[in-house]
Amino acid sequence: MKRRDFVGLTGLGVGALFLPSFPGFGGTPVDAARLLESTMDAAVNKRLADAALNAAKSAGASYADVRIGRYLNQSIFTREKQVQNIANGESFGAGVRVIANGTWGFAATNNVSEAGLAKAAQTAVQIAKANAKVQKEPVKLAPQKGYGEVSWKTPIQQNAFEVPVKDKVDLLLAANAKALDGGASFVNSALFQVNEQKYFASTDGSYIDQDVHRIWPTFGVTAIDRASGKFRTREALSSPMGMGYEYMVPKAQDKIAGPAGTGLVGYKYSYDILEDAALAAQQAKGKLTATSVTPGKYDLVLDPNHLGLTIHESIGHATELDRVLGYEANYAGTSFATLDWKKQNKPYGSKVVNIIADKTQVGSLGAVGYDDEGVKTKQWDIIKDGQLVDYQKIRDQAHIVGQNESDGCCYAQSWQDVQFQRMANVSLKPNAQKLSVDDMIKGVDKGIYIAGRGSFSIDQQRYNFQFGGTVFYAIEKGKIAGQIEDVAYQANTQEFWNSCAATCDQSDYRLFGSFFDGKGQPSQVSAVSHGSATTRFNGVNVINTARKV
Amino acid sequence: MAIISKDEAQAILTKVLGFSTADECEATLTGTTGGNIRTARNTVSTAGAVDNVSLAVEARFGKRSGVATCNQFDDATLRRCVQRAEEIARLAPESPEYVPMLGAQQYVSTPAFAQNTAGINPDFRAQQAGKSISYCDQKKLSSAAFLEDEAGFVAKRNKKGLEAYQQFTNLDFSVTVRTPDGLGSGYAAADYTDISKFDAGRLTQIAAGKAAASVTAKAIEPGKYTVILEPAALVANTDASLLGALMQAFDARSADEGRSFLSKKGGGNKKGEKLFDERVTIYSDPASPDIPGLAFAGDGRPRQKVTWIEKGVVKNMYSSRFWAQKQGIPDIAPPSGFIMMGGTASTEDLIKSTQKGILVTRLWYIRPVDPQTLLYTGLTRDGTFYIENGKIKHPVKNFRFNESPIIMLNNLEAIGRPQRLGGNFVPPLKIRDFTFTSLSDAV
Repeated sequence: MKRRDFVGLTGLGVGALFLPSFPGFGGTPVDAARLLESTMDAAVNKRLADAALNAAKSAGASYADVRIGRYLNQSIFTREKQVQNIANGESFGAGVRVIANGTWGFAATNNVSEAGLAKAAQTAVQIAKANAKVQKEPVKLAPQKGYGEVSWKTPIQQNAFEVPVKDKVDLLLAANAKALDGGASFVNSALFQVNEQKYFASTDGSYIDQDVHRIWPTFGVTAIDRASGKFRTREALSSPMGMGYEYMVPKAQDKIAGPAGTGLVGYKYSYDILEDAALAAQQAKGKLTATSVTPGKYDLVLDPNHLGLTIHESIGHATELDRVLGYEANYAGTSFATLDWKKQNKPYGSKVVNIIADKTQVGSLGAVGYDDEGVKTKQWDIIKDGQLVDYQKIRDQAHIVGQNESDGCCYAQSWQDVQFQRMANVSLKPNAQKLSVDDMIKGVDKGIYIAGRGSFSIDQQRYNFQFGGTVFYAIEKGKIAGQIEDVAYQANTQEFWNSCAATCDQSDYRLFGSFFDGKGQPSQVSAVSHGSATTRFNGVNVINTARKV
Repeated sequence: MAIISKDEAQAILTKVLGFSTADECEATLTGTTGGNIRTARNTVSTAGAVDNVSLAVEARFGKRSGVATCNQFDDATLRRCVQRAEEIARLAPESPEYVPMLGAQQYVSTPAFAQNTAGINPDFRAQQAGKSISYCDQKKLSSAAFLEDEAGFVAKRNKKGLEAYQQFTNLDFSVTVRTPDGLGSGYAAADYTDISKFDAGRLTQIAAGKAAASVTAKAIEPGKYTVILEPAALVANTDASLLGALMQAFDARSADEGRSFLSKKGGGNKKGEKLFDERVTIYSDPASPDIPGLAFAGDGRPRQKVTWIEKGVVKNMYSSRFWAQKQGIPDIAPPSGFIMMGGTASTEDLIKSTQKGILVTRLWYIRPVDPQTLLYTGLTRDGTFYIENGKIKHPVKNFRFNESPIIMLNNLEAIGRPQRLGGNFVPPLKIRDFTFTSLSDAV
């Protein structure tokens, strides 16, 4: 029997199996009040961590780290005029990772006591020793100094877990009402909130206490034409953020007008869910009667809330060093951007393509003070003037590319999963010269403007991709010419980024994000942001996705 | 601690219910213990072990419900957990979709547990990984593999007399073998309840054969082709898949609400309509020896043999208990896996009967494009071959496809012998006019 099939077929999240009522999206359900209890005392954690580290060393480990984690989440689901579920999840436990006989071992337990952690450490060493028999080369870690006792916290203004659930429910139901008033047939809305309380300690001498917050409001507004049987959904144009509840309080300075003729609004560091829901109803209905796209080559003008996913798939993943080296060959795949490819100095993109990786950007999902193997985070260049200059790497990979420093992008989704290399926030730098979206569109003769995420698929070496979107507008002779439908573009990563003609300026820059970037075996999710301004790509192949069944 | 016996589990649950003052109360105890090992570049990369048990208590006063959990089992903790669930229930809004908890149920017996799988230890995992590595070392190929096993149990009990308990085991193994020049790649995967037939070496050999045979792939024009889709091109372990997507769309509520391919123009759903080739029959059966599942669903509903599609006709859809009562339709829980009836032909037999076509080992990164038509996109991967006159002629470069499983199961040419994959039991299928829309350089 396969638990995940059960979960998949019921449309519920992993971790929710067999729990009554509706699930959260991780952890086990608890009441809201418990999410405010403090059970992570740094002094207690240090004592527990030392028990694990000492047990690991006694059992023969040459290196050990321990992560004691309390992972909290609250998710609120509504549809139309009713609350479907309010799920509060908590997951508490510890994971111990060791190197023994030159080989990694890992064990996790929910028995967070000195004895429980010591036993986990011994199990991890036992696993490492068993696996050392089939290990080829000993693990080699980039040197890392201990930081002593330090801490870091997401710079939030309002802890979402402290906001009364009723206020959050009222806001979602008000958004639903806006959509229904606008003629929507159905509307589902949800608010996800995450708090990772993580305590990391290692034999390098670091004791790192971190408090990480994330939030994501979203909805889907569906319009149905019963007579024809046609239905279309317009998703929210919000973004998951590394912020507190302040993201839910709209501020004028965070709103950016979309192209003239679309009514769209881009949101920076706060989101107006009521405004977006009202527009979504209008656009969902518009999708029912919109002209079906004529396939062919178009210049694409891509909104940041759409382009973020294209950056994620075609640059973010392609430049992860573990994929480049083949560690993900059995699942997520490898990469065309191999070490040999990099040496050839082929252009990844046009000269306007400048990509940075960043684990420090305020408001982003990936921002932390230290990664999950105790490395202080930083920002670094991935692509400069269209040329690949570096990868994303962690401690046991740096030596493979002749470097002696991790990039600080190691992460585990929970205490019970082993940490490994995950994508940093990977973002496209905006144009240093002034360029507005309307001015960009003025120069497009035959194009399509795309906002929001849609269908996305890319091959296992990151060459061929196909992306849809949430809303599409035809651009004719420099102007928005109305909503169109059934749009997806297919391209090759290098051709696509080499067709990048221009990006708008900083005033248009926004973060796109995903809570659920999947990688690894067992599969783990990671939250990551991608910033950009609206960007133009010339001559991209667009297909029509309408079918008759 | 992770596997608690039936008597011990029910004793804990009985004690929990004894602390309850609510109108309705249901307690669920779950536990798993397991481990994994991952290899790449012919060596071990990561490995781990995880152990967890937790109790969930749902209390209800009228139509108000609250849930609390704990993972310690002393009396004080259990009592506090029940009290907490009751406190939440008193504060919760009334649910408009309230359905009373189930009473005593009859469950079929299913062979979902095997002692040999429950007994796996780190040495076993290392030994199996070692087989995969040493085979590829010998052949000068590079393997990346993943083995994950777990043993667990679920126990439920409520005040209305529902009582359920079951143990289960599972092992998943998958391996991707690549040639050192990066020009060839092959894949094999399998999963087991009982590991007596598991051999990582044999599966690695299959993947290695495909890797070696897939170098020097030729580019052929995208378009509509006859394809032979092996099981890994139809279902997947953890990812979306074409048949998985089809079965996920068998939710009655979405169909009735007008937002499913099973919705009918003007209202209602397409139950009873013939939507697929008459050779298509798909059912679920928790007692199947091939893919044994749990005898009960998450809410305690019994799982029984259910036919979803019979000879191309939509026979049943699953739903929540609320929706079944509201619509007056059969109350069918979602399944744990599905079985597509097949024939006796092997994949080799299907190749022999093919004039011109493409053999697809695996489809990957499958995502919905249009929920209205169940149009999906994705790519071929790890062994794609051109067939001519009943023989594999040469490897071909990978394709992106845009296809709907509805269209696919209408364009059925032949069905092979089913095999287990990803908790399902599916045959290789020969399909005409499968739509490839572009080429990919990926290997």
